[in-house]
Amino acid sequence: MTWIAKPRLHHPSLERNRVGYTRRDYEGKISTLCAGCGHDSISAAIIQACWELDIEPHRVAKLSGIGCSSKTPDYFLGNSHGFNTVHGRMPSVLTGANLANRDLIYLGVSGDGDSASIGIGQFAHVMRRGVNMAYIVENNGVYGLTKGQFSATADQGSKSKRGVVNTDSPIDMVSVALQLGATFVARGFSGDKPQLVPLIKAAIAHPGAAFIDVISPCVAFNNHAGSTRSYDFVREHNEAVNRLDFWPSREAITAEYAEGEVIDVAQHDGSVLRLRKLAADHDPTDRVGALNLVQSRSAQGELVTGLLFVDPDPEDLHRHLGTVERPLASLGTRELCPGQAALDRINASLR
Amino acid sequence: MKPTDIRDPEYFHKVVDCQYACPAHTPVPEYIRLIAAGRYTDAYKVNWDSNVFPGILGRTCDRPCEPACRRGRVEESNQEKPEPVAICRLKRVAADHKDADAVRALMPAPAAARNGRRIACIGAGPASLTVARDLAPLGYSVTVFDRDARAGGMIRSQIPRFRLPEEVIDEEVGYVLDLGVDFRPGVEIGSMRDLLGQGWDAVFVGTGAPRGRDLDLPGRREAAAHIHLGIDWLSSVSFGHTTKVGRRVIVLGGGNTAMDCCRTARRLGGEDVKVIVRSGFDEMKASPWEKEDAQHEGIPILNFLVPKSFVHEAGLLTGMTFEAVRAEYDAKGRRTLVPTGEPDRFIECDDVLVAVGQENAFPWIERDCGIEFDRWGMPVVDKLTFQSTEPRVFFGGDSAFGPKNIIWAVAHGHDAAVSIDLMLRGEPLDRRPAPGVSMMSQKMGIHEWSYDNQIAPEARFKVPWASAERALASIRVEVELGFDAATAWKEAQRCLNCDVQTVFAPRLCIECDACVDICPMDCITFTPDGEEADLRQRLNAPALNLAQALYVQDGLKTGRSMVKDEDVCLHCGLCAERCPTGAWDMQKFLYTKTKAGPGCGVPGDGERRAA
Repeated sequence: MTWIAKPRLHHPSLERNRVGYTRRDYEGKISTLCAGCGHDSISAAIIQACWELDIEPHRVAKLSGIGCSSKTPDYFLGNSHGFNTVHGRMPSVLTGANLANRDLIYLGVSGDGDSASIGIGQFAHVMRRGVNMAYIVENNGVYGLTKGQFSATADQGSKSKRGVVNTDSPIDMVSVALQLGATFVARGFSGDKPQLVPLIKAAIAHPGAAFIDVISPCVAFNNHAGSTRSYDFVREHNEAVNRLDFWPSREAITAEYAEGEVIDVAQHDGSVLRLRKLAADHDPTDRVGALNLVQSRSAQGELVTGLLFVDPDPEDLHRHLGTVERPLASLGTRELCPGQAALDRINASLR
Repeated sequence: MKPTDIRDPEYFHKVVDCQYACPAHTPVPEYIRLIAAGRYTDAYKVNWDSNVFPGILGRTCDRPCEPACRRGRVEESNQEKPEPVAICRLKRVAADHKDADAVRALMPAPAAARNGRRIACIGAGPASLTVARDLAPLGYSVTVFDRDARAGGMIRSQIPRFRLPEEVIDEEVGYVLDLGVDFRPGVEIGSMRDLLGQGWDAVFVGTGAPRGRDLDLPGRREAAAHIHLGIDWLSSVSFGHTTKVGRRVIVLGGGNTAMDCCRTARRLGGEDVKVIVRSGFDEMKASPWEKEDAQHEGIPILNFLVPKSFVHEAGLLTGMTFEAVRAEYDAKGRRTLVPTGEPDRFIECDDVLVAVGQENAFPWIERDCGIEFDRWGMPVVDKLTFQSTEPRVFFGGDSAFGPKNIIWAVAHGHDAAVSIDLMLRGEPLDRRPAPGVSMMSQKMGIHEWSYDNQIAPEARFKVPWASAERALASIRVEVELGFDAATAWKEAQRCLNCDVQTVFAPRLCIECDACVDICPMDCITFTPDGEEADLRQRLNAPALNLAQALYVQDGLKTGRSMVKDEDVCLHCGLCAERCPTGAWDMQKFLYTKTKAGPGCGVPGDGERRAA
């Protein structure tokens, strides 16, 4: 962290986006995390992604649980809605908020403790239900706030800062999300923003349950030799399967690639996910293939990153429930209490 | 790109824009911090060491530091009116608020023993006094000659008292003369040949540019009684010979002397004073603030008017005629003034002050005494050593390369003193002493620094002025009152501490991006190496100011380079606060120009000090 707030002065060339904001307008308070924390890089990536997407800050709701990662929504999007829930309960609050007002953009920010330990039940169900959100897990493999015990995502055999070897099997959040029906599953690395920013943009634009597992080294407790979440280890074992370019529907695609090098995934809203292939055998629309790839590479000690799976035509909770197009929160007495005649009709239909 | 070699003292020196721009390389941020800490005496001494006349320059300097000040770049498009730190006026604060006794105690003592070498300085202006100050304490016998009764040169004769009170001149000239300098007032040197015959070991010529340029127009001779050369008139006012001027005054010329003339005329009975210039208002040579000051006193500046004649009735000046022109630029950007075709304008006046330029004059130097002159009548002087073609004779200040200003004269004086010292010790003059350089980490705690790294958002503070009625009533009432201590503190907070350098150690870096994310100016980028032109375009924010360097370091684990654009860095130290490994450090870089004396010229010594 730093003592002083980031000065308001900025580079003379700082640009405004279509809705009139500079990137700096998407910042939040000064971070109180440890200097060099990967989470701060993820915050910066979220800021960049929201600026590039021309999102109006008041249209975003950022929700989080408890933990280092769950503190971060205070450090970005200072003009957005926010909710810090009870530990591990962010998914249910997010689900409720989404049901009440489907017009907002939902950003769930959580960590490996919040989502893979105390909140794993909630995590499973929010994915199953297909809540329209971008769910980001800032995954460092340790409990940073309580001084570096292994979390549920720590690899078996990896060493803690004190030299203790982890004996438990890890939970792989990506595999869990794939199994439970998430319609957008990606993995990024806090130390690689050129890869991470487009993933966040695509996740936000994805009209369904989008999940990004972001490996985020804990500089205080998990950045030593023997750790599998250190900057050095992740850089050595990072196997990116593709590079994503995200093209919102209104923009013409300008990047050119040779045949066979790219996969275009057209989205429902007209936007295009253009994936530059790095692993020849990976088809990002194949859920089972993605699971196999993640598992087989993991067995070889490699961490696959990139956009692993996307369903081009996803369904979300509102579609499953058949709710009205208007946000429930905006419905008035007339719609909610349609009168005796309407009640009689319903009652009659149930007789 | 080749990794930046930060061991070269010039690299970080260039980052300290104000100090780099100052001809005498005064360590500006260093003394501004001292002012902020209330240590005015120490701030004064830092100034005195570099520029010899802090109180005088704090009122009159041409301030090359201020246009260079980074604050004026980073506030651009951040604040309505980008303004540099009021460096010059802060210097005056040090002079105004210092403890005079404590300053005297800090001054060097006159040399205990003389070394037997005799040096003559001709003219007692800023250049000669600087030479005397640098050499006298070393044991040289320095004799300063001046045709006037008191030392100071143009500082005393040409700068009006309402800008610079006499006490300030007496005090600061006195500091120099008290170092055991032999001052000979009222002596006009009439022959260089005679002087050289007197066996001086070295002669320094600091006689300035003492001749005002005249305008040879119809009516000039007939109406001569009411037409005055600006600098002569100013010195006549300074010495009390002239106390009045006509009611309507025209000042010709657009330089700082013209501004001094018109403001002086306003105080000597001139009610209707106009400045008239040939060029456009924006191309005038006067500093912007001097133009503002004149206009503030109700003096209009009329531009694009070329003087054609002095109009008189039987020798009594009644006015002047002017031809209206406009500027036209050719393909090469050269300007010509083209008549607009309007009828000539007649402007009434009682007196005209001609301030259209100054010239050097060396009638007392025989052309065959070994000193070569060029075809413009200027002595041939080495730009590095200030030595003329007669090895014993040195030139400095306006007399070396034509009219500039006080701070340049001081810088020339320092360099000439170094040359004289080297010569008399029998060492080569072209081996200039290396600067004194020190670098010291400012880290005090995890995120605490021994400098104030918070960036103050305030706009530049205005210096209070004496009321117009009071100021215009007398030539001796100082117009600018100087900052009070509280305002000086606030203005000092605007300084970005550009001398506290961001120093990067690649072998400690884990490439976590923390510095990139926190940098408010998007200065830092980790990127594959490339040629400079290419790199400048693909940084997080383009580095478009080619006058400012890129700080490049390789040796990172991913093979990328760290590239930092020095242009708009705020030196806030957030990169270093956010760095988990200490790869970034904030180090104070103190650059001191080596003066004559120990440390100058001793082989290897300069290098040792720089290391």
